[in-house]
Amino acid sequence: MTPLTSQTLIEVLYLIASILFILSLKWLSSPSTARHGVLAGEIGMVIAIGGTLLRHGIVDYKWIAISLVLGTIVGVPLGMVQMTAVPQRTALSHAFGALCVTLVGTSEFYLRSPDVPRFTMSVLAIEVILGSLTFTGSLMAAGKLQEVLPQRPITYKGQNFVNLALLAVAIAIAAYIVVNPAARTLFPAMIGIPLVFGVLMIIPIGGADMPTVISLLNSYAGLSAAAMGFVLDSKLLIIAGALDGSSGFILSVIMSKAMNRSFTNVLFGAFGQVQPAASAGQEVRAVRTASAEEAAAILSAANKVVVVPGYGMAVAQAQHKVRELYDALTKRGVEVRFAIHPVAGRMPGHMNVLLAEADIPYDALVEMDDINGDFPQTDVALVVGANDVTNPAARTDPGSPIYGMPILDVHKARTVMVIKRSMSPGFAGIDNPLYYMDRTLMLFGDAKGFVNNIVREFSGNHG
Amino acid sequence: MGSNLIDALFIFMLAAFIGFEVIRRVSPLLHTPLMSLTNALDAIAVVGAIVLVGERRSTVSTVLGTIAIVAATSNVVGGFLITDRMLKMFKSSRPGKDRAPSSGSKA
Repeated sequence: MTPLTSQTLIEVLYLIASILFILSLKWLSSPSTARHGVLAGEIGMVIAIGGTLLRHGIVDYKWIAISLVLGTIVGVPLGMVQMTAVPQRTALSHAFGALCVTLVGTSEFYLRSPDVPRFTMSVLAIEVILGSLTFTGSLMAAGKLQEVLPQRPITYKGQNFVNLALLAVAIAIAAYIVVNPAARTLFPAMIGIPLVFGVLMIIPIGGADMPTVISLLNSYAGLSAAAMGFVLDSKLLIIAGALDGSSGFILSVIMSKAMNRSFTNVLFGAFGQVQPAASAGQEVRAVRTASAEEAAAILSAANKVVVVPGYGMAVAQAQHKVRELYDALTKRGVEVRFAIHPVAGRMPGHMNVLLAEADIPYDALVEMDDINGDFPQTDVALVVGANDVTNPAARTDPGSPIYGMPILDVHKARTVMVIKRSMSPGFAGIDNPLYYMDRTLMLFGDAKGFVNNIVREFSGNHG
Repeated sequence: MGSNLIDALFIFMLAAFIGFEVIRRVSPLLHTPLMSLTNALDAIAVVGAIVLVGERRSTVSTVLGTIAIVAATSNVVGGFLITDRMLKMFKSSRPGKDRAPSSGSKA
């Protein structure tokens, strides 16, 4: 084949791959077609990689083969992690994607410099700056989620100033290199500073903000890949990067809306440190408690039950016990549904995956806006490991740091039961007035153990 | 060169619009698989690394490119694998309605 026709063939293969990628995301819109989407993506990927190997300029296949095999060896265990570990796996894969983009961008610079047109150099600078800050930022996020790094936000005076100054220096260096592409010695600084910035950017971010941050890093990873597409003049890469970037952006917007915060507030706000004063002057208030036996009796007398799961349920690995409770109640004719807050869990949609893993049918999982109107007609709302997303102060107390955040209207249910280890406040360190209401019963204990005790009450009654 | 750049910007703009429209329709139920799937698709950056390694232009570019292929391939393999594992778990309570029967239908 002449170089020209093989070039055309490769472009056609890339076109097919692009179509398959778009279909892949389109089919993800419904659970019934979603798995076709994965297949379409896989076929598109194979076609694109196969087409690339046909390229005329490729002379060395040895290292390509070795690295493809190595990547597969690394990738398979990362695809087999437990569902509770999906957020840190996702953060890690953002880091890998960003690493790939940064390394390719770096090579391209040193191969082409000093002969780099200004536009190419600008997108190359965007590529490596976004890539390197996403790389370390995602590693930090993964470390926090895996709890190898402290989860509490770490803040210090002048933090935002230091971070912004660093970013400004990196951009200034980038601008200089755009004008003088021969400045090869400055290039390492353009990578090094964003690497440091990535670390510093995530240090002040706490666990509850992780869904927004992961989405934002997802968006950066996509944009850096699209920038790489501009540098390499690869339409396929531009398309894939734009799809990934817009996906991350949409998720970031949904997540920050669900916390009633702006991007800048998430990145520069450091939630946890906001109000040490609030917990200081607090008197011990009385709460009503109940045993597993009483809880079981109340649940079995109910017609409509809404379970409100939170990240605490995942930490306690209680989702399978919750499923047994779901089965026991459903068998008795009780209507059981699950109220899913958009930021429940550690990444967008995390709670749905955990419940689906426990075999709870997805039509029992209801989004916040769809279920909030039903709480007044709900006999029992059972909160398992959720806290701030049920805090009525977000609606009623303008002084509360989470005032304005959309919440699940659990407090409107006829009876509220909250499974909680102790009265300690949630991740955001905010007291929850829900616990002191007359209609609220606190069920103190480990989520898994307590739900198990309730389930045992049911099976005990019926032999 | 100039027209290439403009073409590329058009492509980016159109793809971003398609992305917004398509992804807006993805149910929040599937936001986690969405993120792992887009992550796998984004690892198409591997083609850039493959070209870099295959053209054997310098030792540095081969080394960096090799690491880049490993990183991106692990995203491709791991991303598709975990997305499919997650999607397999989503079942409707009305058996048979949503999917071809894989095992016996529930009573």
